[in-house]
Amino acid sequence: MTATPLTAPERTGGKTPAPAPRGRRRRDPRHLLGRGLLYLLLAVFLIPVLFPVYYVFAGALMEPRELATFPPRLLPTGVHLDSVTAALDAVPFLRMYGNSLLMAGVITIAQLATSALAAYAFVFLRFRGSAVVFALFLATLMVPGEATFIPNYLTIASWGLIDTHLGLVLPFLAYAFGTFLLRQSFKQFPRELYDAARMDGMGHLRFLWTILVPLSRPALSAVGVYVFITSWNMYFWPLIVTRSTEMQTLQIGLNSLKTGEASDPGLLLAGAALSVLPTLALVLFGQRFIVRGLTAGAVK
Amino acid sequence: MTTTKTATAPPSPGTRSPRRTQGGEAALAWAFLTPSIVVFALFLAYPLGRTVYLSMHGNDIIGRPNRFVGLSHFAEMASPEFVKVLTTTLLFTIGTVVPGVVGALAIVLLLEGVIRGQRFLRGAFALPFAFSVASASVIFVVFYSPGNSVLNGVLYRLGLDQVPWLTSQDMALWSVCITTVWMNLGYGVLVLAAGIGSIPKEINEAARIDGATGVRLARDVTVPMLGPQLFFLIVISTINALQSFGQIHILTRGGPSGSTTTLVYSIFEDAFAYSTSDFGRASAQALVLLLVVLVCTAVQFGVIERKVHYA
Repeated sequence: MTATPLTAPERTGGKTPAPAPRGRRRRDPRHLLGRGLLYLLLAVFLIPVLFPVYYVFAGALMEPRELATFPPRLLPTGVHLDSVTAALDAVPFLRMYGNSLLMAGVITIAQLATSALAAYAFVFLRFRGSAVVFALFLATLMVPGEATFIPNYLTIASWGLIDTHLGLVLPFLAYAFGTFLLRQSFKQFPRELYDAARMDGMGHLRFLWTILVPLSRPALSAVGVYVFITSWNMYFWPLIVTRSTEMQTLQIGLNSLKTGEASDPGLLLAGAALSVLPTLALVLFGQRFIVRGLTAGAVK
Repeated sequence: MTTTKTATAPPSPGTRSPRRTQGGEAALAWAFLTPSIVVFALFLAYPLGRTVYLSMHGNDIIGRPNRFVGLSHFAEMASPEFVKVLTTTLLFTIGTVVPGVVGALAIVLLLEGVIRGQRFLRGAFALPFAFSVASASVIFVVFYSPGNSVLNGVLYRLGLDQVPWLTSQDMALWSVCITTVWMNLGYGVLVLAAGIGSIPKEINEAARIDGATGVRLARDVTVPMLGPQLFFLIVISTINALQSFGQIHILTRGGPSGSTTTLVYSIFEDAFAYSTSDFGRASAQALVLLLVVLVCTAVQFGVIERKVHYA
């Protein structure tokens, strides 16, 4: 998924204050009817949205034969780990977890580093052509990855890096979206603090590392969470540059759980449930960072 | 667009010689930019040039370019086969963007009426966002599976007819659309909810004093104020739809009979799906994809630029 937000995320992650309760209206029967309708409509949307989330875990914990009947059961009779162990046996899950973690982790750290350095250059350093280079950086966001995968595949192949960890991460070590977001954040850094640090003879790198980075943690987290999730979820590139099961990422491993028409549903659901745990934890506990990272650009 | 107006701030008053500092600063700036520039040059600029080169060459069976064919790959695109790919891409785009944006809008408007538990509900709607393309698609493989489809099970319990989700040429594309909308709805909800949060409170209050509530408040105040976010969401969803791949690869492999072969899937098929690779044909299609995405981004740029000027 490539998001290419191009507007300025000056203020993001706005919260909606809960509207003041209007007690005097509660008794109004028309109002009650309205509220009933409101919750009914919300349920109409919420049930299909949550059903797959529920069923991936419910199905993963069902006995395989409970899923093999028609109509398949909707409620598990108890906790059965048969499908989970089957999924762990079918593919080297832990190894694939490791590959995904390594790939997403390296890409995230590398993008944070390259983006922070570039953003620093754009905000704090004067150099000829700054505006042009920044415009070129922004232009890179317009290119869909799918349009460059063929030559990149050929490049990686010619370097002998097909089916290696390096081949998985190389094209993604820098991405202008991070530079763009960090630049916005650095621009709001108090100029006086920068001047004071410089006057004290602090070098640029030390200022960046000891003052700017710690003070820009919210922006860095937003970029980090965004980059981690998108690279953890990558599908096309890992599919074409990996060959062996040992090098495949979790996402590609999930596809290999599918064996034609007669795939074992329990196996698939258990695999999906195992694979989704880390990102589900991020969405549940890091939502504010996600909101900031992903909706940047949407809010003026 | 906000370019680097404030990025090049005047040099800070100091004791250092401005000229020397500036020279040093420029060198340092380029040093800081180098890692990014190297990656962009190797994996973005060069590939674009090479895609153009490949698109004008034929290749042997393992994909090595061996003859110049000019624009014939592009001329071949007039074939009914490729027109079908484009039509499928367009239908897939409409079938994911329209329900996705309308659904997200309906959800955030309904959430506005909720007094208690609004944040909790919004979080619940955002949950599918945690699912990768692969995990979401694998779940829907089970939901759609022809033998014991979970969704058909639900329909059966409700006394409704069975649906040939992935096996019918007429239905498969819409089934892939349903999976995609489910995956992306949470993102839309987050974007629009953030937009609602940024509407000044006074506007809502003024409207309420004027007696606008419920549907009228939503129609006359909230939706117009959400214009920029809606526009952003439409453009991003369109670009994402054009780039969709994983769900098609896992659910249908482009079938049955090519009924779900979109542009990106067609590129994959020509370049990587079989033991023979037609990188030339695939590259020509990649350029078409690039052009379509560029047009979408340009539209986004154009509209936002105008907004900023008038602001």
